[in-house]
Amino acid sequence: MNNKSLAEENYLPNNLANKKEFSLKSFFLQWEWLLILILFLVFIINSILSPYFLDANSLLGATSTFLDKAFIVFPMALIMIMRDIDISVGSTVALSGVVMATVYNSFGFPMEIAILVCLAVGALCGLINGLLIVKFKELSAVIVTLGTMILFRGIAYIILEDQASGNFPDWFNYFGWGTAGNIPFILIAFIIVAIVFTLLLHKTTFGRNVYAIGSNPTASRFSGVSVDKIRVIVFVLAGVMAAVTAIFLASRMGSTRPNVASGYELEVITMAALGGISTVGGKGRMLGTILAVFIIGFLQYGLGLINIPSQTLLIIIGALLILAVATPKLKLPKFLLRK
Amino acid sequence: MNEHVIQQTDNIEKHTLSNKLLANISKFRELGLIVFIVILCAFIQWRNSSFLTIENINDMITNAAILSILAVGMMLVLVTRGIDLSIGAIIALSGMICAQLVSQFSLNPLLIILIGIVIGIVCGVLNGVLIAKIGILPIIATLALMNVFRGLTYRISNGEWVSSYQMTDSFLSIATGKVFGINNLIVIAIVIYIIFYYVINHTVIGRQIYAVGSNPESAKVSGINENKILILVYSTLGGLSGLAGVLWVSKFASAQGDTATGYELTVIAVCILGGVSIAGGAGKVSGVLLGALLLGILQNALPLLNVSPFWQTGIQGAIILIAVILNTLVKRSVDRNNLVRRKI
Repeated sequence: MNNKSLAEENYLPNNLANKKEFSLKSFFLQWEWLLILILFLVFIINSILSPYFLDANSLLGATSTFLDKAFIVFPMALIMIMRDIDISVGSTVALSGVVMATVYNSFGFPMEIAILVCLAVGALCGLINGLLIVKFKELSAVIVTLGTMILFRGIAYIILEDQASGNFPDWFNYFGWGTAGNIPFILIAFIIVAIVFTLLLHKTTFGRNVYAIGSNPTASRFSGVSVDKIRVIVFVLAGVMAAVTAIFLASRMGSTRPNVASGYELEVITMAALGGISTVGGKGRMLGTILAVFIIGFLQYGLGLINIPSQTLLIIIGALLILAVATPKLKLPKFLLRK
Repeated sequence: MNEHVIQQTDNIEKHTLSNKLLANISKFRELGLIVFIVILCAFIQWRNSSFLTIENINDMITNAAILSILAVGMMLVLVTRGIDLSIGAIIALSGMICAQLVSQFSLNPLLIILIGIVIGIVCGVLNGVLIAKIGILPIIATLALMNVFRGLTYRISNGEWVSSYQMTDSFLSIATGKVFGINNLIVIAIVIYIIFYYVINHTVIGRQIYAVGSNPESAKVSGINENKILILVYSTLGGLSGLAGVLWVSKFASAQGDTATGYELTVIAVCILGGVSIAGGAGKVSGVLLGALLLGILQNALPLLNVSPFWQTGIQGAIILIAVILNTLVKRSVDRNNLVRRKI
């Protein structure tokens, strides 16, 4: 048993791990410490490279540029813990945003209603995904969401063709850029959503059931977990969060187009995987995911400050993702392992 | 007593009859696709008589050629229970490097094709090693490398395009030239399909790929080197993508950083339409070919039918979903029938 990998050792969610065997070594071998280390490195390197980086105001301001897609990370983490995946979220962002703009501009409804419609469309997209996956268990989530990804994007194109739709009211545009004191609204929203999802995953029966489904779907069904219902709910959550992203994105950009947010699904999956959400299900914590969001976000921001093209970031994100997934699989030297 | 027996045999006959029918449907999935393609063609021809002209058919198949080349490689990956999201980026990378080489050194087109294939194979081997040796999930590993390859393409190009006036005529003629009156792209696709059909169905390696896909444990027990097969499969798809990159750049006469973005999904869609199971172990060369044809026809026909180009994505998505769901329903009823037969 000396060959236990880091994954087996430390990926168990807190409440499932055997708490009696608490040891300092295993505490410090947790994935989150590595992430905190990486985050510090990002800060140190960035502040060496650019004197403008370490400025509280601009750091806070920077969050409003990368946090919009981060809302989707939370439901994506739940989905990945359940061994599923959702690659249609980017298209859901586009579709719900486009519908919102159309309801406001073409049908003349007030913006408040348009926002509600946007959330409803997102929920509907998630519901379609969830129902298809649950009703047709032979199909994997990859296929279903691949199909709906193309379909949702297609509907967005049918609605708006290649036009952009904007002209939102001023208060709505202020929403994406505005601040309370020095703190951007989007950061406040992100913190609230982060707390809600962390509590949901780690402190409720629902969260325990999500872990149970991920560890062993068959066993959890036999022990009375309503697997189908939970899967559908989680996919609906993903749709709703995609709609929230659409709202912030439209507000920040001042308009929306059918081709927005393409590739978001990949960035979001990268964040979740970097955050330690196991891609084979059953393991991972919200804290790591939140850290990963800020690692990638500040990396992006810092590279922007020193004029490194954003394409270089693609290479770095890819390399980070490989490192993140490969590291737990590598065998640790013996002295680092508990007996 | 006698009557009862007769009734029972009657029942059995009925069951076996409907069962045979269903079994045949699932067996000749390709037949269903062919019927669908024929009906579709008839419909399009009825709406627009310029559809079934030799020129248009030639155009259509030329357009579907690159897609079908990639689809057969993707099929192998899917058969081993894998997936490869990096091929769009590999196409862009190999296309960009080759286009820049051509614009600077005006190399021989055959040499360029070879270079493209080698670049693709290197990328594919990277995929394969991450998946087989380190054990990263295919979807995650190829997603990560997709980012890396795409980023490299932008770095190499510095965000600039290589346009047709920078390319040599001999390079552009790769995609426009003809052999015996047939476009080079079609010829290349046919050669590749013949090779793959032979390798997949009549060689040990081909059968081993299916064995790994349908049951990795028993494949391992029976002495198949799973890692070798996985790396082989991903590097094959990588090589095909590298080739496709050269063909793509030659056909569209421009190399850009965002060439073929999202094309991997179209290729996967073709495989799914062609009946390749994403759960591994199942898939046929003929099915994939028909799937590529179907998508090629759709892409060609929608403009002819005066369908707005903005509807194209939506229709594609709907067709993929419907095809996949229909396939599941048919399979279910076949399975149920098999169970009924077993009970009797």
